[in-house]
Amino acid sequence: MKMNINALDRNEYFYGHKACAGCGGSLAVRAALKVLGERTAAVLPAGCMSAVGFNFPQLCFGNNAIISMFAGTASMLTGVEAGLRRKGHRDFHAVGFAGDGGTADIGIQALSGAIDRGDDIIYICYDNEAYMNTGIQKSGLTPYGARTTTTPAGANIHGNIRPKKNMFEIAAAHDIPYAATATVGYLNDFISKVEKASKIKGTKYIHVIAPCPTGWGIPVSDTVEVAREIVDCGLWYLAEYENGEYKLDRDPGEFASAENYLRRQGRFRHLTDQDIHTIITSRDRKWEKIRKEWK
Amino acid sequence: MKKFLSGDEAFAEGVRLACPEVISAYPITPQTVVVEKLSEMVENGSLDAEFIHVESEHSALSCAIGASAAGVRTFTATSSQGLLYMAEGLVYASGGRFPIVMMNANRATALPWNIYGDQRDSLALLDTGWIQSYAENAQEALDLALMAYYIAEHRDVSTPYMANLDGFILTHTYENVDIPSPEQAKAYLPPYETDNRFDFDHPTNMGFSAGPDTNFIFKYKEHRAFDRARGIITEAEQRFAEIFGRRYTGLLDTYLTEDAEYVIVTLGTIAGLCRNIADELREQGIKAGVVRIRYVRPFPNDEITTALRSAKAIAVLEKDISFGNAGTVYTNVTSALHWGGITAPAYNFIGGLGGKDISADDIREVFRRIQTGTDRLNWIGVNENEH
Amino acid sequence: MKPYIREKSTFTFDEIPEETCFEAGYLVTVNSGWRSVTPYVDADRCIGCSQCYLYCPDGVISMDGKVPVLDYDFCKGCGICSKICPRQAIEMR
Repeated sequence: MKMNINALDRNEYFYGHKACAGCGGSLAVRAALKVLGERTAAVLPAGCMSAVGFNFPQLCFGNNAIISMFAGTASMLTGVEAGLRRKGHRDFHAVGFAGDGGTADIGIQALSGAIDRGDDIIYICYDNEAYMNTGIQKSGLTPYGARTTTTPAGANIHGNIRPKKNMFEIAAAHDIPYAATATVGYLNDFISKVEKASKIKGTKYIHVIAPCPTGWGIPVSDTVEVAREIVDCGLWYLAEYENGEYKLDRDPGEFASAENYLRRQGRFRHLTDQDIHTIITSRDRKWEKIRKEWK
Repeated sequence: MKKFLSGDEAFAEGVRLACPEVISAYPITPQTVVVEKLSEMVENGSLDAEFIHVESEHSALSCAIGASAAGVRTFTATSSQGLLYMAEGLVYASGGRFPIVMMNANRATALPWNIYGDQRDSLALLDTGWIQSYAENAQEALDLALMAYYIAEHRDVSTPYMANLDGFILTHTYENVDIPSPEQAKAYLPPYETDNRFDFDHPTNMGFSAGPDTNFIFKYKEHRAFDRARGIITEAEQRFAEIFGRRYTGLLDTYLTEDAEYVIVTLGTIAGLCRNIADELREQGIKAGVVRIRYVRPFPNDEITTALRSAKAIAVLEKDISFGNAGTVYTNVTSALHWGGITAPAYNFIGGLGGKDISADDIREVFRRIQTGTDRLNWIGVNENEH
Repeated sequence: MKPYIREKSTFTFDEIPEETCFEAGYLVTVNSGWRSVTPYVDADRCIGCSQCYLYCPDGVISMDGKVPVLDYDFCKGCGICSKICPRQAIEMR
């Protein structure tokens, strides 16, 4: 998808926050708000972005923003949207930014309810693949093999033994008006999707991969590079669901090395060749389906 | 206009007259009638509101908080397990000072499962920072719906309000109820105006964190609002009497307490039966009286002391038990007595749990036992030899 | 427009709000102390492509025409800008 950097709002709406250096989540929030602009009300549950952005009197959102209950991102968004509309406002955006745990675990019920009702909201899941704010514990979106503090890698168990929950297709299965996947590594694509979502009526879900240098065990300067590599090596994909159809936005053709992607991260360093083979086999099986079914 | 209504229906009429703009609720017995009625009102156009069909009680309150943060009047209703499922949201709404009004149909809490009325659900959540009222009849329920908004939204209070109705005994029992006109309601209740909201001209950051250096100040201010609420409740009732002609008596209502020597302190619907038995005892020359607590938060410490000045013995009768101690109303009352320097013995009577009927004979027995002296904690109807 | 540092950073009892609601974008502390390395732009190499501006997680790079300008008060020194630059025009020192 095409986007023009110069068309982006020059204002900064997420600024002065205390996120770790190189935080992928903060980049996702910053970029999305620059698309949505000043007439935006943002809801963020307990989690990294609320912890780093809302410490009275250091308040880092330039637009209207509120922390919700951990499980309540989507339900509070529903109330905010309905309330602002009842106040007579038109032409505004109600956007939620929840992490992987806040979306796929504790917040999935409220998200499902909001999609079911068709509430006119944008829900963005910034996925850093574990509970990072509490110190790197496994979530439903932690990938197979990853070491977290609750899925330690030892001689018996090599980190997390379950694959990522498929939130993109779970959202799509509600027959949502618009769902998309993205990565902070390819911001043009992410920004275009946020812009597209902002023009669609009803519930919109965007799932953006947002590396966490602290939790992934990568240098703070490598966030964007790693966020590109995950797409290039086929362990993540850029896709959309609209009008009842899946669409693949980018086929890398020949994948970059998944092993290189994995081996450069501290959380995967313990993986055996067999573990990596398992990951690649599962990737190939998924892509076979994607290439056949998502035109 | 008079209508034959259940407590739930009467409360729904009160909510209709208050014109909330966003209603979010999830069904649970015995609250369901309220949300069914409100849905009908929205459908037939007699209430212009967004009715949001949330997928849980947690979301019901979360949604109401979001709408309140947008600056509009909100309503939700629940009961028992639903109220407990909301518990996280209760402290969120009060800490954020969102004046949400909620009706709670008092119902037993599981396990064992039970759908009938007792007051363990709301009393277990007394410390969550909500104003709590307990109605005695359907008319009071309707009137409290209107007064709830007046009090909660008052700028000096800005605190959420939980209006409790005894499950089934009040929610499902029919009475003749006077329904005020929308014009009267409009004259009574000012539109909701607040700065505690989002604003596109002057954006705000809300629901933030506050560290140890300021957190306690927020909590202190929250507590202070309850002290101010005492005066605003009086104001709300005076204004109510002026417009609707019905007069209420503040945090508690008293019956024959001016010279009463033996007094039952209770809350909710059981007060009526207690008054009947007090009349009976008065005919026998026994100076009996009744105190019905209308608001458990803010708690009527001074009013209780005043009402019990002449008491020789006091019974606190409640449908609640705080396991390992006594009933929660009892511990609140005894602390008021201590503060007020009242030394008359106070006894706790636990009854009506899981909807067990409290009979006239049970009340006679309570009055009899406090005249002779009894255990500090008494369970009505429990006989270890029988069960 | 963006959140900016305010002079008033401490609050008396009466100034602490009653509700958890306050002016948006109110900053009282900078982040420069987090930095162990600092990005410097070589204006001769820079082609004004704006990639550094786009990818900065802290939004501290703004474009003055074709020249990136850094707000060192809030730069944490992560080095993403240096890595993303197609002309190696940003050096971390």
